[in-house]
Parts: sequence; structure tokens; C-alpha cells
Amino acid sequence: MQSSSEDQSQKYLLQGNEAIVEGALAAGCRFFAGYPITPSSEIAEIMSRKLPTLGGTFIQMEDEIASMGAIVGASLAGAKSLTATSGPGFSLMQENLGYASMTEVPLVVVNVMRGGPSTGLPTSPSQADVMQARWGTHGDHAIIVLAVSSVADSYEITIQAFNLAEKYRTPVILLSDEIVGHTREVISLPPDQPVPIFNRIKPSVPPEWYLPYEDNSRGVPPMADIGSGYRHHVTGLMHDAKGFPNFSPGVTGGFLKRQYRKLANGADEIQMTKQFMLDDAEVAIITYGCVSRSAIRAVRMAREQGIKAGFLQLVTLWPFPKKAVDAVCRRCRAVLVPEMNMGQMVREVRAVNQNATLEQLNRFDGGFITPAILFRKLMSL
Amino acid sequence: MLKRKSKSEYVMKKERYEMRFCGSGGQGVITAAVIFAEAAGVFGDYYVCQTQSYGPQSRGGSSKAEVIISTKEIDYPKVVKMDCFLAMNQTALDAFFSNFETDGLLIVDSTFVEQVPTSGAISLPFTEIARELGKEIVANIVALGAIGYLSGKVSMENLEKAVIARVPEKFRELNIEALHAGIELAKNVNVDNLSHSPSLDDIYGHTD
Repeated sequence: MQSSSEDQSQKYLLQGNEAIVEGALAAGCRFFAGYPITPSSEIAEIMSRKLPTLGGTFIQMEDEIASMGAIVGASLAGAKSLTATSGPGFSLMQENLGYASMTEVPLVVVNVMRGGPSTGLPTSPSQADVMQARWGTHGDHAIIVLAVSSVADSYEITIQAFNLAEKYRTPVILLSDEIVGHTREVISLPPDQPVPIFNRIKPSVPPEWYLPYEDNSRGVPPMADIGSGYRHHVTGLMHDAKGFPNFSPGVTGGFLKRQYRKLANGADEIQMTKQFMLDDAEVAIITYGCVSRSAIRAVRMAREQGIKAGFLQLVTLWPFPKKAVDAVCRRCRAVLVPEMNMGQMVREVRAVNQNATLEQLNRFDGGFITPAILFRKLMSL
Repeated sequence: MLKRKSKSEYVMKKERYEMRFCGSGGQGVITAAVIFAEAAGVFGDYYVCQTQSYGPQSRGGSSKAEVIISTKEIDYPKVVKMDCFLAMNQTALDAFFSNFETDGLLIVDSTFVEQVPTSGAISLPFTEIARELGKEIVANIVALGAIGYLSGKVSMENLEKAVIARVPEKFRELNIEALHAGIELAKNVNVDNLSHSPSLDDIYGHTD
């Protein structure tokens, strides 16, 4: 659905979770299968009300394994598809997420993070699933993972998530957390500057010529809808350009390299970051998600004390935005990486630049990292 | 002793205004916070951020909601220093009073709050008024009227629009009546005549 300019923009007070629904619908999502779980349940609840009125389909599945299977199937049939969950459900989704990756099915999985492991802290925020989002399913695979920090983000980045899924034929994981998901902020919808919508490229050849997994310059094969007359064999086994199982080293190596290459080709648009007061920064915070809000505040507080502080927000966590992170590490005499986990993305920052003076700050007790905590740490760098 | 700004002067000067609404589950403090946020941010021109306690305690036990109102984009979404605090009962008042700004507004429901932690508190009988209107459940809207008027952050017109937009049509009249009862209560309060709660400085000279 492209929003037309005649639509009168209106202000709404929405939760982050509600904004994800609005973003998904604006991106053209018309299929949702899921199993409600705190703190993501509002997404399923609102989808169940809105999708039927738009000609879409909502299904409450028996569990998260089935939810993931259903959205893979719906996307193969041509519908932009979404599911939403939190830690325990995300764990169950990993197997079929691998299947979606192997079969290059565009879809979006929202994980509104809560404290884990297991059922953990159902109502408390956390950022401890960032490595699971990258490596939760087994085997080498390429994946896109995005993280949101506000209601405005939750709308816009959800649209980007669908766009990237469609453009690169890949599952995209959207990470929110209990704080962002349940914070209400004012948002104008439709936005003054609508986010462009992208759809998957369909085959332009006659059905008998179609090869569903054939390489091209972008590394992204055109995708025919199941049932549209194009032969489209789908398997979780390693497969050749026709989609049939083939375990030869040439096919296997070529397939995996293409998975990584297609995202590398699009790195410039995939690796999204936001910068705040970094131009003359001597110390910097690098973080993502809800902690970004505290980081901006802490940087402002430090600036008031004459400390040249800056902030790099990672919107895209995977593929890890190496260039942007390295630039900050080179420029600043010290870099602080606060996370609401025991230290996950900080490993990646360290791997990018081993010469940087790196400080990590972690909170993993279900509480929020406040600006005051960050400010004190910044002042001591 | 330092000369303090009057409370109304203080409110006007604030770029970022931080509010907390609390009571027991079922007293409607979250609804009041959401309506306030909509009056300020949807019908008014402020940036707003509204959060709430989310957990088992929100189904029974104390309930807490926060609203941040700002003329600039809001970074940190939660309360750092409370400028305005509405407490609908004693337990919630005692539990959530921390981070109160000395010059802030403390408004309590005198129906359920017997003791206040600062001499500058404003005690108004929200629940009693609601009972008189026929439904105790609208005590939150009576309080909303008072807090809306006293905070000076929303126009009464926008507050009314926000109530109408949130409340089912069947109960609209009752809620509007409750809102106006709250506004009338607040009109009798002169915030500039309230005694300031003393700071440690005021009592001990210096605290360094």
C-alpha cells in the first residue's frame, strides 16, 4: 500500500508495538501468523483486528514453530508476512528461520526482547538476544537484524525491514524491547514524507525458462509466487539453481557465498546507523535499541560539562556496520559500549578495532540503563 | 535562604516536564496518564512520552504511569526528576515518591491519603467527588481535571477533547462532568501560596 498524498496526516499517541503494526501494514504486510507472548502481544492483538479489514489474513497458531512455518508458506505464495514474539518464542522459531534463510524467503520476525534465558523475566526489558538473532539458527547463514529505539523508529524501521527482506530475498529480524514496545509517543500517520515501498522482483522470463535460485549480478534471484504457473521447488536441503537437492562442493560453496555476497552488495543501504554530535567527539557511546535514548541524554549532559562526547546508534546490528564503528573508534580516545546484557555487541566492536580504548557497561537485572549511569561513566573516560 | 521561584514561574520555564501518576490497580491512573499525554501531544503541540509499570503488579497492587512533556524531542523516556506527582492512595504515594523535585507539584487524593511527605502538597478529595457524581470509577478523571489545570501544561479545551476521544460514548457525559468537577476543585488552589517543601539547605544551611 503506497500512501497517497491526499491522505490527511493525523497525530496519534501509539505504543512502539502499535507503531510496528502500522509500519508493517504500510509496507504491504497482509499475513500474520503468531502466538501471543509478553511483551509483544499487542502486535498480534492489533493485527488480528486490522488485517481482516484490509483483505489480509491473521492466524493464531498452536505455537511459534508453526507460526514461523506459516509465514514462510504465506511469503512463498506472495504475501508479505510477519510474526512477532519474545525470547522463548524466538528460540522456537530458529529451526524454521534457518529454513527461510536456506530457501531465501522474504519475511520479517519481530522479537520484543525480555529478560532470559527461558521464560526469564516476562515483563522486564533486555537486549540479550542480539547474538541469538545473528546465530540462533544452525549453519552458516546471512541475515539482516535491525534494532528500534523509539515509536517513530518502530514505524519507519519496520517498513525498512520489509523493504530489505523483499529486495534481498532474506528473513529480516527486527529487535525491539519491553521499553520501546510499551512506550507511547506521538506519531503522525501517514508520515509527511512517506517511506518508499519495495516489492520482490518477479521473474520476467516464461515459466519454462525460470530458475528460482539462479545467480545474477545482485545475487538475488527473481521470485515467482507458488501457484502462479512457475515451477518453484523449495527444500531445506542444499540445492542448485532449479531448487533441487544437490550436495556437490561447487553448488554448496556457490550457494553460501551468494548468500553473503547479496547482502555485501547492498551494504550501503543495509547498514543503517544514526549519529549524534560525533563530528568533534573525543569520547563516544556506541549502542542500539532503548539504551540509545539514555545515551543521547548522557551525551547532552556531558556536553554541558564541556566534555566532547558523541553517540553512534546502530540501527542495523547485522551485518555489523564495521565501517561506521571503525570510524568512531579511530577518531575517539575512548569508546563506551553500554548494553542491557552481559556484553554481546561489544565483542564485535572490539573485533573491528583492537586498538581502541573500549569500555563496556552492562546491566542485566531487568532494569534500564539510565542517563546518570552513562554520564558518570563518560566523565571517567 | 535562597529566593525560590514561584511554582507557576517554575512550570513555565521548564523545557522538559516530568509527571508521575500512581494509585492502586483499578484506580485508572494509566488511563489518566494516557489521556493527559494525548491532550498535550495529540491535541496540543508538545512532544510526549508515556510509560507505565508493566507487570504482575499492574493487575492488583500499586500501579504507576509516567508522562514526559517537552518542547523538544524527548531522549530519555522515563522520569529523572518528577515535576508533578499525582498519588491516588497512601501506599502508592510512599512507594513512588522518590525522585520528586523540591519545587514540584504534589497532588494527592485526600480520600485515601492521610499523610504527605512535604508541606507543599495539594490534597483534594477526588474519590469523594466521584462518589458524589455517582461513580467512584471516575475519580481518575476528577484528578485529571485538577492536575491538568494546576500543571499549566494543557488547555482545558484540549483536555476535554482528549477525554472525549478516549471514553466510550455511553460514559462521555459522566466523564466530562468529572473532568470539570476536578478543574473547579483546582481553581480554589493557589499554587503560589503553597509552602515550599524545604531543601536540606534550608534546614541545615549547607549540605556539602
